[in-house]
Amino acid sequence: MSVNLNTRQVGDVSVMDVTGRITLGEEGSGRLRKALQDLIKDGKKKILLNLGDVSYIDSSGIGELVSGFTTVTNSGGNLKLLNLNKRVKDLLQITKLYTVFDVHEDEAAAIRSFS
Amino acid sequence: MAENWKVVPEMVERYLDSTLDSVDSAEELAVGVAQRAGLGDDDLMKIGLAVRESMVNAVMHGNRYSSEKKVRFSVASSAERFTVQIADEGAGFSFESLPDPLAPENLMRTSGRGIFLIRSFMDDFQLRHLDSGGTEVTLVKNLVSK
Repeated sequence: MSVNLNTRQVGDVSVMDVTGRITLGEEGSGRLRKALQDLIKDGKKKILLNLGDVSYIDSSGIGELVSGFTTVTNSGGNLKLLNLNKRVKDLLQITKLYTVFDVHEDEAAAIRSFS
Repeated sequence: MAENWKVVPEMVERYLDSTLDSVDSAEELAVGVAQRAGLGDDDLMKIGLAVRESMVNAVMHGNRYSSEKKVRFSVASSAERFTVQIADEGAGFSFESLPDPLAPENLMRTSGRGIFLIRSFMDDFQLRHLDSGGTEVTLVKNLVSK
């Protein structure tokens, strides 16, 4: 019942591969929040969240995506989303957040879009 | 959708601690009953999420993680419907005071989407304040095509 995060650097873009369930709790949305805060502290301003292997997300997880987006934007950076599966996409659509995020399906194109 | 003639009525009731582990347990129990009632993957995901959001409300906002307070959780299936009831022992809240999460001014809020998701994913959602204190929510998924 937890989320796993692996961050890799592709040029000046930090790509965070997110796997598992983003749900309320320290091992879920809390872990994502801390990882995003660490990236911002390290001065990373171009962040791409790869959600392709996210099996489940609840309202707390959605809130964490919004929080991350706002925090990164306020620090002068960009947070974009990659590889939304149908469940995550549906949730962002019914909450009217899909158009708030810059969503990509191709990693290379997503990385190019930051420049 | 379930093939109704095959559905064996089932009912499970538990008194759960006010912890996040109980949220996981309730979701697992509900999804198990829904699966045996013949619901498909899409409905199972919606039920799981609706139960999770309701349990989080009960544990976190209702009982405030109090070890003195329990959450009454029940799930039942019949040929016609799948029903979940979740009751906390909290102080209650005003349903009407909840902000609309789709309003432009609320769109970027980091919370406040739980009940909206529950209502979106279930066929019926009822909330009532209990005489004994606390709040009870009832979630229903119809198993018969209308």
